[in-house]
Amino acid sequence: MIEIVTCVFLVVGAFFIFVAGLGILRMPDIFLRMSATTKAGTIGLGALLVGLAVFYHDIGIDARALATIGFVFLTAPVGAHRIGRIAYLVGLPLWEKTVKDELKGVYPQDACAPPGEVCMMPERRSGWPKTTPEAETES
Amino acid sequence: MLSSVIYIIVMPLVCVGLLGGFIRLVIGPTLPDRIVAFELIATSSAGIIVVTAIAIRQPAFLDVASVWAIISFLSVIAFAHYIERWRGRP
Repeated sequence: MIEIVTCVFLVVGAFFIFVAGLGILRMPDIFLRMSATTKAGTIGLGALLVGLAVFYHDIGIDARALATIGFVFLTAPVGAHRIGRIAYLVGLPLWEKTVKDELKGVYPQDACAPPGEVCMMPERRSGWPKTTPEAETES
Repeated sequence: MLSSVIYIIVMPLVCVGLLGGFIRLVIGPTLPDRIVAFELIATSSAGIIVVTAIAIRQPAFLDVASVWAIISFLSVIAFAHYIERWRGRP
């Protein structure tokens, strides 16, 4: 019985990690890729750890597995938020079928750079600028 | 039954996820793409460690997985700080 429950949890977790790998290959945009990998990867690792906690039903191992689940569930959104915010500020192009850009015009133009330095403008969303004109003149 | 399920179904699925992360790490057009791929690689490596802990009946590998998750989070935060001071070309 315990083996069957462990098998179910392991297969579910492995399937979610597989979906995360598929999503990071097939999604068109960094934000969609990040959505796929963060959610599916977190749920997949959580299900694998629950399977381990079910398999060894020992109090110490269960406590460590639950602590790892809690840590992953707390820190994966934090890291994804940091990377997503900085990818938006740096001006990575959105997918062309994006219907809503709620942050458009919210940040000032030089929000991603320290004072006196140049940053990629959020208006330049059609492809990558090689260098901004200010950066060329400055260097 | 558990060992055959692990070696036939679970391990190949997790390894395909890891392989997708590696492909995106190689072809990713910009640096934030590669950091997202690195995060997926760290997650699926922790998954492989957890599955190994069940497959070879060695629960001490769980400590390795938890330390691995902590270090991958710290490295993602460090990369985000690095890009925050980033100017010039991608």
